[in-house]
Amino acid sequence: MTADAHSPVVEGRGIVQDYAVPGSLFARAGKVRALNGIDFAVEKGKTLAIVGESGSGKSTLARIIALIDAPSSGELRIDDHPVDIARKRPSPALRSKVQMVFQNPYGSLNPRQKIGNVLMEPLVINTDMPASERRDRAEAMIKKVGLQPEHFNRYPHMFSGGQRQRIAIARALMLNPSLLVLDEPVSALDLSVQAQVLNLLADLQEEFELTYVFVSHDLSVVRYIADDVMVISKGEAVEQGSREALFADPQHPYTRALFAATPITDVAAIRARVARRQAARQG
Amino acid sequence: MALLNIKNLTVKFATATGSFTAVDGIDVHVDRGEVLAIVGESGSGKSVSMLAVMGLLPDTATITADEMTYDGRDISNLSASERRHLIGREITMIFQEPVASLNPSFTVGFQIEEVLRLNLGLSRDDARARALDLFRAVGIPEPETKINAYPHQMSGGQCQRVMIAIAIASNPRLLIADEPTTALDVTIQKQILDLLMKLQEDYGMALILITHDMGVVAETADRVVVQYQGKKMEEADVLSLFEAPQHPYTRALLSALPENATGDRLPTVSDFFAQEAAR
Repeated sequence: MTADAHSPVVEGRGIVQDYAVPGSLFARAGKVRALNGIDFAVEKGKTLAIVGESGSGKSTLARIIALIDAPSSGELRIDDHPVDIARKRPSPALRSKVQMVFQNPYGSLNPRQKIGNVLMEPLVINTDMPASERRDRAEAMIKKVGLQPEHFNRYPHMFSGGQRQRIAIARALMLNPSLLVLDEPVSALDLSVQAQVLNLLADLQEEFELTYVFVSHDLSVVRYIADDVMVISKGEAVEQGSREALFADPQHPYTRALFAATPITDVAAIRARVARRQAARQG
Repeated sequence: MALLNIKNLTVKFATATGSFTAVDGIDVHVDRGEVLAIVGESGSGKSVSMLAVMGLLPDTATITADEMTYDGRDISNLSASERRHLIGREITMIFQEPVASLNPSFTVGFQIEEVLRLNLGLSRDDARARALDLFRAVGIPEPETKINAYPHQMSGGQCQRVMIAIAIASNPRLLIADEPTTALDVTIQKQILDLLMKLQEDYGMALILITHDMGVVAETADRVVVQYQGKKMEEADVLSLFEAPQHPYTRALLSALPENATGDRLPTVSDFFAQEAAR
């Protein structure tokens, strides 16, 4: 556990990720720099949102933080200890600390595995807990994320998208992680279901003092859930700051372009647009 | 007079467990040059009702309607050849996945020229010239080069521009866009929506925009139909809908927008229905 409440749960220093592009008859082999020297730190119980468009490298960064991929260079520190998965396989204890939730909940669940087994599997792999206790924990977690006890023996296809995302979140929480990496967790969901899942994430964060790294392209969701925001474009962190500062006064042209492109549901803006349109028609 | 007028449309699907009603007694009409948004969540039947109009539903679907007219003509019982004359010329459609809507084996130029030759009877050379004009109209950079590109060589936004170029190739009077920007980044979404609105004004076509995104509705629509579980919940002009939503479901949808969050928690649609029931 952290010695100091203000020391970051996860910290990155100069994270770089290169992907090798294989050569062919006509092209020389090369490298694509997906991330170029990213620095960040997230304190316990806080949410860092990583915002960017497709190809910006936001998911690459999420996979590095979730200990799935090793960065090409740079240092990742979890609970103030350097972690290098390229050199040393992470221990079960470290794996338990960091868990990930993906965008497509159906794609991240095995269609032939019952929900109860989905939830118990991390415990089988990472702990030596007896079967009866595993079952108790899984049943408790099913209730915690707002599902019913009878869902224990059902298969993923029997659930709606929102329920599946609850299952994915439940599985990520089975090992009592301190850090949850959420890669576009609500992008595939309907608006009303999105609201339910965002509420659930807020409740769970409060209850378990979870730290979130929340990857999203949706600025309205980010504004709702984040404490700090990092805007990333073409592998560079173009702007970083507290949510209030960033939304009140975006500095970088790319951030401003993102804001300008986000649709506004404000009544005054709609009135102005309708008036413009009527004027154009008459004119 | 309404360009497209549909009264009491019902679409049922025969499934293994019996008949499933996807669209339940919907009235839709769209006037010339109007932008109508049909908004709803997944399963609301918003796509199915328009696919029924286009005749693109599988054989398991049963379509009934009291009235289904386009420009005063009944379109519920068209023969295959009559339908071909209408669909793809007068009424065209674009879909959510632009890359999947194009044939990967042919160049985008071939695909748009095919439409021009078949629908407008243009010669090869005329079709090529018109295709280049259309590519310029939808803002594809370097049209002379891109016309020989295959879909996989273009980005998602560019593929959607190609789809739009194909859709407007025959100067349609009605364009149906089914979630045209859902798969795209927000900056690209803005470009595509701006393009659709510009073309809509330039060509004077009616546009039906099917979407789940209230932001897209706010930025484009003249009039809005809100659908939920196959039924129409509310119909209003865009300003009244956002200013004073009448139906509880619409109010629920608008308050579930994260940007409208007032407290720590987002109200959900089920909260709203519970509140309404308690009243």
